[in-house]
Amino acid sequence: MDLINFEATELRLGLPGSTDEQPEIKSITSVVSTNKRSSSEMGSSISDENDSSRSSPPTKAQVVGWPPVRSYRRNILQGKKSDQSETGSGIYVKVSMDGAPYLRKVDLKMYKGYEELMKGLQGMFKCIIGLYSEMEGYKSEYAPTYEDKDGDWMLVGDVPWDMFLTSCRRLRIMKSCDVIES
Amino acid sequence: MFHYWFLSSCKSISYGSRVKFHTRMDLNQKRARSVDPDLVSPESTTSPFPDEVLEPVLSLIDSHKDRSSVSLVCKDWYHAERWSRRHVFIGNCYSVSPEIVAGRFPKIRSVTLKGKPRFSDFNLVPEDWGADVYPWLSVLAKAYPFLEELRLKRMAVSDDSLRFLATNFHEFKALSLLSCDGFSTDGLKAIATHCKNLTELDIQENGIDDIGGDWLSCFPESLTSLQVLNFASLNSEVSFNALEKLVARCKSLRVLKVNRNINLDQLQKLLLRAPQLTELGTGTFTQDLVTRPVADLETTFGYCKNLLTLSGLWDSNSLYLPVINPACASLTFLNLSCATLLSFELTMLLMNCKSLRRLWVLDTVGDRGLEAVGSWCPLLEELRVFPADPFEQEEVAGVTESGLVSVSRGCPNLHYVLYFCHQMTNAAVATVVQNCPGFTHFRLCIMNPGQPDYQTNEPMDEAFGAVVRTCPKLQRLAVSGLLTDLTFEYIGKYAKNLEILSVAFAGSSDLGLKYVLGGCPRLRKLEIRDCPFGNAALLSGLTKYESMRSLWMSACNLTMNGCRVLAKEMPRLNVEVMKDEDSEDSQAHKVYIYRTVAGPRRDAPPFVLTL
Repeated sequence: MDLINFEATELRLGLPGSTDEQPEIKSITSVVSTNKRSSSEMGSSISDENDSSRSSPPTKAQVVGWPPVRSYRRNILQGKKSDQSETGSGIYVKVSMDGAPYLRKVDLKMYKGYEELMKGLQGMFKCIIGLYSEMEGYKSEYAPTYEDKDGDWMLVGDVPWDMFLTSCRRLRIMKSCDVIES
Repeated sequence: MFHYWFLSSCKSISYGSRVKFHTRMDLNQKRARSVDPDLVSPESTTSPFPDEVLEPVLSLIDSHKDRSSVSLVCKDWYHAERWSRRHVFIGNCYSVSPEIVAGRFPKIRSVTLKGKPRFSDFNLVPEDWGADVYPWLSVLAKAYPFLEELRLKRMAVSDDSLRFLATNFHEFKALSLLSCDGFSTDGLKAIATHCKNLTELDIQENGIDDIGGDWLSCFPESLTSLQVLNFASLNSEVSFNALEKLVARCKSLRVLKVNRNINLDQLQKLLLRAPQLTELGTGTFTQDLVTRPVADLETTFGYCKNLLTLSGLWDSNSLYLPVINPACASLTFLNLSCATLLSFELTMLLMNCKSLRRLWVLDTVGDRGLEAVGSWCPLLEELRVFPADPFEQEEVAGVTESGLVSVSRGCPNLHYVLYFCHQMTNAAVATVVQNCPGFTHFRLCIMNPGQPDYQTNEPMDEAFGAVVRTCPKLQRLAVSGLLTDLTFEYIGKYAKNLEILSVAFAGSSDLGLKYVLGGCPRLRKLEIRDCPFGNAALLSGLTKYESMRSLWMSACNLTMNGCRVLAKEMPRLNVEVMKDEDSEDSQAHKVYIYRTVAGPRRDAPPFVLTL
C-alpha cells in the first residue's frame, strides 16, 4: 500500500511540477565569507532534522541557530510529523474550487467516508456538492474530482474509501457543466 | 501612600547612580540597628527614620529594581533593605557569587537565578559551558535553610542537584525550571518524594532526559498542597491513576498543564476533579476512537468558570476545537503554538474570545487567521506568531506583512509582538507602529537572513527607524532583514528606553555598533551574531558595559587582541572568549562580556578563556 507521499502535500508557491528555483542569498554569503567558522557551521546539525525523503538538495544555506526557534518547539512539530508517518494519520491534500481565489487543505483522515468528506468540503466552500450517480446524474452544480497518483483526474466516489485515501493527491471541485464524461 | 514617597525620593536620588555599577561595601561591618536620637537632625545625612519604621515600609516594595534603588540611598536604607528582602533576583549567575549574596541578604525565602546567555537556546553555546546550580545550592543550604522558592532559567541542573534541593530545604515549596538542562526524570522523583510542602512544580522547555513518567507516582498520598503542576514538555507517559488522585486531593490546584499523552477522556476526568483551575494545558486534543460525545466535553469545559489561560491543544482540529467554546469568553491568554490550526479554525475560535489579551499561534493560520484576530480581539495586547516549519526548504505560506497590519488595525492596545515571517515591507511596519504606538516589545524575525523589503528591494532600515521613532516606550527590539548602519543610527538616536536588543546578519560596518553603544542609555542586554562589527566598535563601548548586564557577540569581526584590550581596560568585566577547534587563533569567534563582582569564573571549562 502506498504510504503518505510527503511531496504531494508540500506547500509550494509554484505550479505543480515546477522545479525549485531559489535565488542565491547574497547577503548571507558575504557575511559568512569573512568568518571561517560560520562556513563550517552551515549545513551541520540542523540538516539532520530535515526530512530525508526530500530528494532535491538544499538550496538554502542552513545556519546554526537560525531562525531563532527553540529546539523544544522544533521537537514538537517533529514529533507530530513522525507520529503521522507511524500511525498513518493526517493525509493533507489541497482542495481547489473553480472560481475560488485561493486553495484550502483538508485532512482526509478526519473523514470516515465520502459523505463526511462532502459535508466537510461544503462547509469549507459554502456550496452544495453532490456525488455523481449513474441513475440521477449530477445532483448539484459542483462535482468533486481528484488527481490520483498516476496524475489522472478522476471523479470522486468510484473506488472504495480506503483506496481513495491512498491514491488521492489533490482535490478539485469543478463546475458540473465542465466535467467531461469519457 | 507613605511608601510611595519613599520610592519617589529613592528614585530621584539614585538615578544618577544607576549608571555607576554598585561596588561592594564592607559587608562585615555591622551597623547599629537603632539610631542614636542625639545624632538625628534635619542636616544629618543619616535617615531620620528608625529601622523599626523603615523596614516594614520597605518590605512593601517587591520590585527588585526599586529595591536596588532603595539600597543606594544611604547606609541606613541599605541595611534596612537588605534585612527586609525576601526575594533575590540574579540575572546573571556569574555576576555575583553565592557567598556575597548570602552575606548581604540574611533572610531570603525565594531565589531567581539565570545562567547561560540567551543564544544558548539556539545551540550557539557549547555544552558544559557552565551555569551549574550546585555551587549555589550548597551555599544556599547553609545560608537559607528555610528557602521556599527556586526559579531557574538556563541553568545546568543535575539530578544530584535536585536530590540535594529536595533533601536539604525542609520548607521548600516552589520549583520552576525553564530552559534548563542536565537533569532527568529521576531528579523529579526526588522532588516529588521529599518535598512535603510542595506548592509548585513547573517544568518548561528543558533539555531533560525523559526516562519515564513514574516520577509523578512519587507524590505521597499526604501531599495536598499543590497549586501549580506543569509537565507539558515531558514526553513520557505518567500514570493517569496517580495523576487523577493527585488532582482530586489538591483542592488549591489552579494551574495544571499536562503533556501530550493525556487524551481527551482523561482530560475530561481531570476537569471534573478540578473545575477551579485558572490555567489549563491540555494534552492531545483529538481522538481516533470516539468514546464519548463531544458535547460531554464541552459541558465539562463549561464547569470551569475560572479559566483564564488555555494551552496545549496538540493535534486539535475543527471537530474538537469547539469544545472549548464555553471557556472562551473569559480567556485572557490563549496559547495555540502547539496546534497547527488553519485560518477558518482560528476564526471560529476567536469569535468567542472577546476578552483575549495574549495570543500565541503558529503561522499555519495565515494572514486570514490574523485578520480574524484583528476583527474579534480588540483588547489584544500581545501576539506571538511562530513558524510551524522553520526549516522548510522552499518558501511556505506562513504569514506575511499583511497579517501583522490587520492585527494592528483591530488591536490598538497591542504592545508586544513576536513575528516570524518570510516577507516584510518598510511601509507595513510603519503602518503597524502608527496604529499601535505603545509597543514595548517589538521582535520581528524575517526568516531569510539579510532579506530586503520585498516590494521595493530596499533595506529594512526605515521599518525599524519607524519603530524607534514612533514607540517611545520600546524596551525590547529584535531586528532582521537586510539592514545597513542606518538602522543602528536610528536605534542609538531614538530608542531611549531600549533595554534589550537582538541583532543578526545586519549592519555594514563598525559604525552600526558604535551608534548603539553611543546612544541607548538604558541598554542592559545586547546580543549580536553574524555582523561585521569589529574591535573598534567593541572598544567604543568601554564605559557602557558596566551599566549593562551582558554583551554577546558571535561570528563578528572581533579578534583576541581587541578583547584583551577591553579586558585590560575594564577589570570589573569578565571578557570571555569561547574557542573552538575550527577557528583561527587570532579570531574571537564567540565573545561573552558581563559585569561582575565575583571576579573571573573559577569553573570555566577549557574552551572558555577569560581574558
